[in-house]
Amino acid sequence: MKKFPSGRRTGLMAVAVTMALSLGLSACGSDDSGASGGDADITFIPKNLGNPYFDASNTGGQKAAKEFDGSFKQVGPTEATPDSQVSFINTATQQGAGAIVISANDPKAIGDALQEARDAGTKVVTFDSDTDPEYRDVFVSQADAEGIAAKQVELIAKAIGDKGEVAILSAAANATNQNEWIKLMEKDLAANHPGIKLVDTVYGNDDDQTSFDKTAALLQSHPNLKGIISPTTVGIAAAARYLSTSQYKGKVALTGLGTPNQMREYVKDGTVESFALWSPEDLGYLSAYAADALISGDITGEEGDTFEAGELGEYTVGPDGLVGLGDPTEFNKGNIDDFDF
Amino acid sequence: MTRLASLLKQRETGILVAFLLFLAVTTAINPRFLFSSDGWRDLLLTPSILVLLAVGQAMVIITRSVDLSVGSIVALTAYLTGRLFLDTGLPIAVVVVLAVLAGMVLGLINGALVAFAKVPALVITLGTLYAYRGIMLQWAGSDRINASDIPDAWLTFGTSSLLGIPLLAVVSLLVLAGVAWFMHNARAGRELYAIGSDPDAAVLYGLKVKSRVLLAFAASGALAGLAGVLYVSRYGTISSGVGMGVELEAVGAAVIGGVAIFGGSGTVLGAAIGAYLLTTINRGLPILGIEDFWQRAVVGLLIIAAIVLDKLLADRQHRKLLAERNQ
Repeated sequence: MKKFPSGRRTGLMAVAVTMALSLGLSACGSDDSGASGGDADITFIPKNLGNPYFDASNTGGQKAAKEFDGSFKQVGPTEATPDSQVSFINTATQQGAGAIVISANDPKAIGDALQEARDAGTKVVTFDSDTDPEYRDVFVSQADAEGIAAKQVELIAKAIGDKGEVAILSAAANATNQNEWIKLMEKDLAANHPGIKLVDTVYGNDDDQTSFDKTAALLQSHPNLKGIISPTTVGIAAAARYLSTSQYKGKVALTGLGTPNQMREYVKDGTVESFALWSPEDLGYLSAYAADALISGDITGEEGDTFEAGELGEYTVGPDGLVGLGDPTEFNKGNIDDFDF
Repeated sequence: MTRLASLLKQRETGILVAFLLFLAVTTAINPRFLFSSDGWRDLLLTPSILVLLAVGQAMVIITRSVDLSVGSIVALTAYLTGRLFLDTGLPIAVVVVLAVLAGMVLGLINGALVAFAKVPALVITLGTLYAYRGIMLQWAGSDRINASDIPDAWLTFGTSSLLGIPLLAVVSLLVLAGVAWFMHNARAGRELYAIGSDPDAAVLYGLKVKSRVLLAFAASGALAGLAGVLYVSRYGTISSGVGMGVELEAVGAAVIGGVAIFGGSGTVLGAAIGAYLLTTINRGLPILGIEDFWQRAVVGLLIIAAIVLDKLLADRQHRKLLAERNQ
């Protein structure tokens, strides 16, 4: 978490290097900056530095780069504002980076900068958060909606013995991704788990206190409740905190999407058996491999292109240049200490 | 008999009756709302933090000001608490004192701006609401403090009970009792009412208006600081959104509890009961199966009703006094 100072220094150095480089380039009148990039020279630009989530994806990217013998660096802004990434994109372009791997703070604001990068021969991979499709070659998505929904249903079914009443504690009532997952979970439950009955869906608005109160209300108004699914990191932590000191601890199961750091306490004290989230490390790892495949020309971002991503195996590019990471990772007592984000 | 009559006339009694009525109806529909160990605990525990804020807010409103920055103060002091636990090995008691002091300093800044710059508190504290939140965002960023970063003893404090009464509720009730005594009996407390009733008269009378206004804001800030520390012990997770919007709940609780928005009348006890009523309604409506939207609408109606009632009572009092004079 204390990566601000070093990150900022790298950023400054990058700017200094760029200035020197661009001076040199303009002196000899060359505009073919793409050629100066190495074979697999990859620059990661997260939404912001000092964010444990991106620290993890960074680790994954670095690991991948080591495996395919490319060079790796991470630069980025200290805060996730829409246009804060532009200068870092420009720098990477001028340095002739082989590929930029970026989690976009804004789908449009960085579009022009990315377009310039691509004109200069730099490949662009977005991960975690996409831009409009015309600005990048591929998007590595963590959120394969079906996979996420299926995983949560699987975990709750396992926790309650595939029978009984469950409820969902979501974020805001109009949150697009949550609603999509909920719809898919409903479908999955109806089709494959006839013993489980979804009795209620409530909205905690990603606010600790509201999620707390909604959890209490769920437990009181549904005496036969066996489990709660909370597909939002704020919701699951609040529900876990409520359950951990409630008379229902151990009687009502809880699962959903959360980060290991916020859930560690509750997994260890037995409130929560298991929960899920995609692994940001794998996300970074896969993104780096996708960038490498683009640089080497193995893929162009067309639908149907396939590439190898080290230990994760083979991936196929879907429509709109989409690469899905696949099923989320399950966290439980056994593996939670291996993760820090 | 006159004693009973005057008790019935108190605004606090009306709010208390409304609270008990709501409690009775909800419990009749779902007995577990009150008669389960969770239900009983939540009834007392959930309003505790809002009670502190409402008490502080009442002190400020009584002086004919308002403190809109308390939500941001809660956020800053909660994050400060988390950071102190995480980065220093200070004992819990020291951390609590530091957070309360930090809240008081933020409150003093509000008070100084209001008392010396002579700009309405509404504007000043709206400004500091954003300024303090901005500092919080800059400081915390996307960082989040998790329950595992907080000492177990402090987390346990947030949920354990003494003789069936949650410790947080005990703290808030002690604070309430202290402030209620101060407002009712202490000279400085009475002067807050005098200032709110008629600021010009208070100056002419020779009251130390500035230092009293400072006192009210410092108290509100310190109570918000205390609320911030207690937030940590209750919720365990602190992100940059902590306390967003609670300032309006605090104002709402005070107004519902009979604290006149133009100052000079009302009690902190009423504000505290208002906080209980507001929180319990928020908890009870979902249990009654009422939808989210209507929950907010009901709270809004309550606030409007309280203000209209205030106005009617004030008008009646005014007419009565006029009639007495003309006799």
